[in-house]
Amino acid sequence: MDALFGTHLTWLDAVYQILGFLVLMWLLKRFALGPIMEMMEKREQHVADQISSAEKNRKDAEKYLAEQREAIQQARIEAKEIVENTKKMSEQQAEEIIKNAKIEADRRIDAAIAQINQEKEQAISALREQVSTLSVLVASKVIERELNEQEQEKLIQETLREVGEEL
Amino acid sequence: MGDYYRQPVVFLFDNPNLGINLANVFLVTVAMAIVFFVLFFMSRTIKMYPTGAQNVLEFFIQFIKNVISSTMDWKQGKHFVILGCTIILYVFVSNMMGIPFEMAAKTDEGLKYVWWKSPTSEPILTLSLAAMVIIMTHVYGLKLKGPKEYGKDYFRPVFFLFPFKIIEDFSNTLTLGMRLYGNVYAKEVLMVMLVGLGTSGVLWGIFAFAPLVVWQVFGTFIGGLQAFIFCMLTMVYMSHKVNEEH
Repeated sequence: MDALFGTHLTWLDAVYQILGFLVLMWLLKRFALGPIMEMMEKREQHVADQISSAEKNRKDAEKYLAEQREAIQQARIEAKEIVENTKKMSEQQAEEIIKNAKIEADRRIDAAIAQINQEKEQAISALREQVSTLSVLVASKVIERELNEQEQEKLIQETLREVGEEL
Repeated sequence: MGDYYRQPVVFLFDNPNLGINLANVFLVTVAMAIVFFVLFFMSRTIKMYPTGAQNVLEFFIQFIKNVISSTMDWKQGKHFVILGCTIILYVFVSNMMGIPFEMAAKTDEGLKYVWWKSPTSEPILTLSLAAMVIIMTHVYGLKLKGPKEYGKDYFRPVFFLFPFKIIEDFSNTLTLGMRLYGNVYAKEVLMVMLVGLGTSGVLWGIFAFAPLVVWQVFGTFIGGLQAFIFCMLTMVYMSHKVNEEH
């Protein structure tokens, strides 16, 4: 024993060392390793949280994107509808306008024709009067010789007919 | 060799059974103080985004965690991180203390008292550390598995292994302590001899210098390796007691 443990078995050294070791363990846990391990755990938790939140954000973004895509599709369809409706409406309007214009034009033409006819009638009757007086005048002036009443009348009528036919 | 064993022993209450080796007490205290203060000052600024010293400590803790994970489930292993860290640091620092120099003081009676060396080159200290580890394995075995499972473990896998299980506890204590003691003590003895040779004459000094440097490098390597082995074996013995093997 003396060779191994020296002159005396100083077992109180062992007790001192073990107590010291336990105190050292407690001190390290309290002041050095404990806080660091806590922080390591916290960081692990933090990283896990970050990953899960990133995953959630990605899913949200994907959902949002799909929604947006659908909305765009919807908008496109609506726009197409609107354009088609507008085209249809404009065509309808154009047709209406053309039809109205045609009717108006017809009406105007009819009115014009009626007016023309009226004017013509008026002119003819006016002319007839003028011609009758004129022809009497002309006849009485040109043919200054005496004619009998029958011949005169006949001549006038003939002349008038000729004029009337010409008109 | 005889001088090397002189120790400053005092007896409490003049009782020959209550001897305290003051050198051992001093060396143990110094080793523990080094471990504590180095770690204390390395862990003053703890941040979410680690820098410098915190990185080193986190790497070290991760290393110990890997050692534990290689022997047992993390469910039980998480209790032993602090124990593993403290053991490896304390043993490593103790092993390193004898590398740069040794100190001895002459007393009035002409005896040489060794005041500075590796505390792990004292068998009483390594054996008591090993005994503490083995007792701890039993304590944690009882705590984590319950008395029933703990008791049953002595008769697994077959009942007649019971005496061997008892012997195992003592042999484990002995091998764990003696391995560390043997390595460090051999390192110290050879170093003291090399230094003695080197200081005996100028020519010897020149010849002994290179081997001394080589031996110090090797001693550093041995010291680190033995600290790692001590920690590793602690975890292995611990896993025998706390792992649920079905």
